[in-house]
Amino acid sequence: MEFLLNLTIYFPLAGVLAFLFFRNDNAVKWISLIVTTITFLLSLPLFFGFDIAGSSVPQYVTEGLAIFPAMDVKYLVGLDGLSLLLFMLTTLFGPIVVLASWNSINKSLIGYYSMLLILQTASLGVFAALDLVVFYVFFELSLIPMYFLIGIWGGSDRIRATVKFFIYTLVGSLIMLVALLYLGFHAGAATEAYTFTSDWRFISGPEYTIGLVEQTWMFLAFALAFCIKVPLFPFHTWLPYAHTEAPTAGSVVLAAIMLKLGTYGLVRICMPIFPNAFAEFAPFMAVLAVIGIVYGALVAMVQKDMKRLVAYSSVSHLGFVVLGIFAFNTIAVQGAIIQMVNHGLSTGALFLLVGMIYDRRHTREIADYGGIAKVMPVMATLFLISSLASIGLPGLNGFIGEFLILNGSFSSELYSNKTFAVIATTGVILAAVYMLWLYQRLMLGPITKEENNSLTDLNKREIGLLVPLIIFMVWIGIRPVDYTKYSEEWVENFITVSEEKGLMVLQNTEFESLPDWTAALYKQPSQSWIVDGYSPADKQNP
Amino acid sequence: MESPTALLSLIIGLPLFGFLLNGLSGLFLHGYREKKSLIGAIANFAVFIPFLLVLYLFINFVPDAGAVQVKLFTWINTGGFSVDIAYQVDQLSLIMALVVTGVGSLIHYYALGYMAEDPGFWKFFAYLNLFIFAMLNLILANNLLLLFLGWEGVGLCSYLLIGFWYRNMKNAVAAKKAFIYNRVGDFAFLVAIFTVFNATGSLNFEVILANLDAFSDSAVFWAAFLMFIGATGKSAQIPLFVWLPDAMAGPTPVSALIHAATMVTSGIYLITRMSPLYVMTPEVMLIVAVIGALTAIVAATIAITKYDIKGVLAYSTVSQLGFMFLALGSGAYTAALFHVITHAFFKACLFLGSGSVIHTMEGVAKSLKAEGKSDDFDPQDIRNMGGLKKYMPSTYKTFLISTIAIAGLPPLSGFFSKDEIVMHAFSMGIGDYAGVLYMILWGVATITAFLTAFYMFRLTISTFHGTFKLSGRIEGTEGAEKHLHESPSTMTLPLWILAILAVVAGAIGLPNFVFGPLGWENWLSNWLAPIAADIPLTLSVATEWVLMMFAIIVAAAAVYTSWRMYSNDGLLEADSRIESRFGSLYGVWQRKYSFDEIYERFIIGPVNRLSDKVLAVFDMKILDGLVNTVAGIVRLSGSLLRYTQTGIVTSYALFFVLGVILVISLILF
Repeated sequence: MEFLLNLTIYFPLAGVLAFLFFRNDNAVKWISLIVTTITFLLSLPLFFGFDIAGSSVPQYVTEGLAIFPAMDVKYLVGLDGLSLLLFMLTTLFGPIVVLASWNSINKSLIGYYSMLLILQTASLGVFAALDLVVFYVFFELSLIPMYFLIGIWGGSDRIRATVKFFIYTLVGSLIMLVALLYLGFHAGAATEAYTFTSDWRFISGPEYTIGLVEQTWMFLAFALAFCIKVPLFPFHTWLPYAHTEAPTAGSVVLAAIMLKLGTYGLVRICMPIFPNAFAEFAPFMAVLAVIGIVYGALVAMVQKDMKRLVAYSSVSHLGFVVLGIFAFNTIAVQGAIIQMVNHGLSTGALFLLVGMIYDRRHTREIADYGGIAKVMPVMATLFLISSLASIGLPGLNGFIGEFLILNGSFSSELYSNKTFAVIATTGVILAAVYMLWLYQRLMLGPITKEENNSLTDLNKREIGLLVPLIIFMVWIGIRPVDYTKYSEEWVENFITVSEEKGLMVLQNTEFESLPDWTAALYKQPSQSWIVDGYSPADKQNP
Repeated sequence: MESPTALLSLIIGLPLFGFLLNGLSGLFLHGYREKKSLIGAIANFAVFIPFLLVLYLFINFVPDAGAVQVKLFTWINTGGFSVDIAYQVDQLSLIMALVVTGVGSLIHYYALGYMAEDPGFWKFFAYLNLFIFAMLNLILANNLLLLFLGWEGVGLCSYLLIGFWYRNMKNAVAAKKAFIYNRVGDFAFLVAIFTVFNATGSLNFEVILANLDAFSDSAVFWAAFLMFIGATGKSAQIPLFVWLPDAMAGPTPVSALIHAATMVTSGIYLITRMSPLYVMTPEVMLIVAVIGALTAIVAATIAITKYDIKGVLAYSTVSQLGFMFLALGSGAYTAALFHVITHAFFKACLFLGSGSVIHTMEGVAKSLKAEGKSDDFDPQDIRNMGGLKKYMPSTYKTFLISTIAIAGLPPLSGFFSKDEIVMHAFSMGIGDYAGVLYMILWGVATITAFLTAFYMFRLTISTFHGTFKLSGRIEGTEGAEKHLHESPSTMTLPLWILAILAVVAGAIGLPNFVFGPLGWENWLSNWLAPIAADIPLTLSVATEWVLMMFAIIVAAAAVYTSWRMYSNDGLLEADSRIESRFGSLYGVWQRKYSFDEIYERFIIGPVNRLSDKVLAVFDMKILDGLVNTVAGIVRLSGSLLRYTQTGIVTSYALFFVLGVILVISLILF
């Protein structure tokens, strides 16, 4: 099974190799489809063979040799409860984005499909990586194919969008790199065997703790990189450009997979490694998340370009995910994890649908449409289902994530403030406003433009690639336990570990020796530590 | 009764099955759309069989054994939060399910005739089945979250059906308006759910109601208050009622089923279900009562000025729902539910009757057009009607019966249910808490009862009595009356059944002070006793008699006044007399108190402008501008530094020497 995991990760590259020999357009498309389909099939045994009860321990682990003797940097991949669903989501989207590109890409197909396949491997690599250096390499690797996808096959303003996307996210990751190196040496010192280690299993484990000063700035560096990727307000301005100019497949992968790298990083790295900083900055992050939810929705409402509208809706939806992560209880974090999948499904579907409309009319202006439900009933139906999933209608997937996040945040001990959840809940009103208004302007009313009279409804290929997404929207909406159970143990375990580590750090800290700002920040620790028996008074009167 | 899992699966599952079968086949198989009798049969049986099954459960229910729980499967389970797809069969859910499937069956049957010519026949019945599915989830759920699923589900169906004729933008806009106003309520409902879970750690009704002492005072207040705000959305109360009149854009069977008989009563159901929580917080009960009474009179005064037959009925529905909330706020949960039931019968009958009239008037328009005459008139405007009783005897008789019922004349059902509500308000008025206010509410309710009888007879008389006015009023419609005819039996049969129910349904809730001595107890109140936390009446029998007589006099006076003013084709003349009597107040009523305009002016408009002119600009110019500025500074410093990279060896040597000097000087000094 270890081999199977590696095979799944790298199999898409086999397609790129095959392009050396088969260069005709049709062959390239079919090879891409077959390769991504096989990749998906290969990942299925990993899913069904996964040990749910032990989901907090990585499974199917491949552990390579350390690259340098004194430095514990090694090839290390595996899947655990946190990564499994996102890994599966990525393999699921493989064939879907290939099919979505089938007729809409006519320029240098080999390059295009190579980029898609490399992107697939890079994304799978990030989710499977258990060594932070490996994680970083895949994280950066995913940037490059996306850069070309937007820059070469994108819309008219693609160069500006690409540069903004690339530079912005790169700045974040370079800051992360600095913190990562520091963390590696710090952790290496703690092992007493190495000078450097980036083994996530050790760093996130209960034995290894970090002092408050280092935690604070490392947390901020990692969090900044991830928040740019999410993107969390106010770091989101690259997203509308990138989404709008990207080809359909690019938008879909960006929304469904790549934005998740940010929220995924927050859970995988920031929560268990920097628990004290995570807790102290939680209210601050929650403020940004809540602003993002409301702000993203309001700005989405007034967009005139349908891709920009969906892009801003992502800002709003991912605000929910961040809110859930920093609520730091099982309900909310579980909600955040399932919501990452949900957002991938529903926003992915929306970008696919918008792309299908675009393929027919070559305009993204909402005002160029109207009344097309008459000529495209199947399109209208699938669009409505995806919109309803996106606005959190109970019975579909979006509701499950949103509800768990909001319900968990409402009772969060870290915020100890119900206002966050209450304001965030207004997002359910605003989401209905902008999505249903979009639906009305595209689909309902009389047909106002002559060109729209002759639009053809979705063909079998288009319906076929959407149906799996719709099935999962309904499935997760009705039986979310089938999916949340995979991460349950992981979340419970790491919340406990983080709490214990944080408590330990607080108890071992001499506050007198801390710089003033750090002492001020941590002297009144969050509610949860107090609940767990830590009293700030002990520290103030030794 | 043993756990009826299979029965409940059928009750819930059949409407869903009907929806999926008709919906998917219709969407993908174009030939299927024309098989109207098959589609209609599937849809009708998908409601009628559940009705029979609910009836079976109802007959075999053993009250002493308590609620029957049926768990189908676990829905959500994480971090100690667990909710099941599970149903609760008890006195309250059974009686609601009977109304929903019963009235639902009749309306499904009626729609066979009403929608026969519509190309979206398949879609209509698919949506209607989906509605029944969602509504059954709402009332049978054993926990708040599954109830919420049904709650939003019926909202979705309402959206789909209001916008059923979506090619007319007005309908699409009304549909969206309904959904969004409901979502505002749902926002509050969600926060109420969080509060309940925060207090009790569960969303299961039995657990919540068994752990009411786990609520802090503020949690009780907020849970009850926010749930009520949720109810004002779904049940169309101030401040969220404005969507319901617009919702009449949907086909008339939808107005009857969703926007009169069933969905809009969900809020009343919810509060009755949670009544033990509400009686803990008199403040919220007072708010509920005030909002209810206020909504009742506001809607009734608007109804007086309306000429659209469905418009009058829509405001009448809002007003009657207000009565039910007044009951809830007065601790008369049984009375509220009693009115839900009787209202379901007479209001469904009235709406279907109006549908029968509209159907005929549209037929007239079609025939006139075929003859090359004018069809440019509003088929729903009562100013174009009159004298229809001659052409549509069944529609007329059933409409009249239901009008008498809603007007509150004995011994029809509406009399008993409305009287019980008014009496409870009076009883609260002589109580300790906010007595004066409740007494005022009793006065408001009495005035509203007068108005109700008045505008309903205005409607009936103007539609059915006097002479047919279309041909005299609209040019080019001469000879229209020869196209008037009674609707087919698929439509009149449900009318008669509903009319009969509107007459006799009062029997389930006869007042004890009248019939108790005869040995006829108030069945409904006994039946619901385990669930509804009613505050008992504290009136003497003599007072009750006086109040009842007074109510009869008020209703009779209203009918008499209405008859005097509106018979003999006096619609326009009488209305102008009212207008001159009430002056500017009448204008306020005509403008519907300008709720929509106020929301537009102070909420919707500003939020739109904020988003468009401030936030979107801020996003592009300030936030993104900041990013660009940072990038610009980097580029600028890069281009400045570029001057140092000249490629001239001597200048590098110069920098080298300068550097050495700098280092040495740092070391030395």
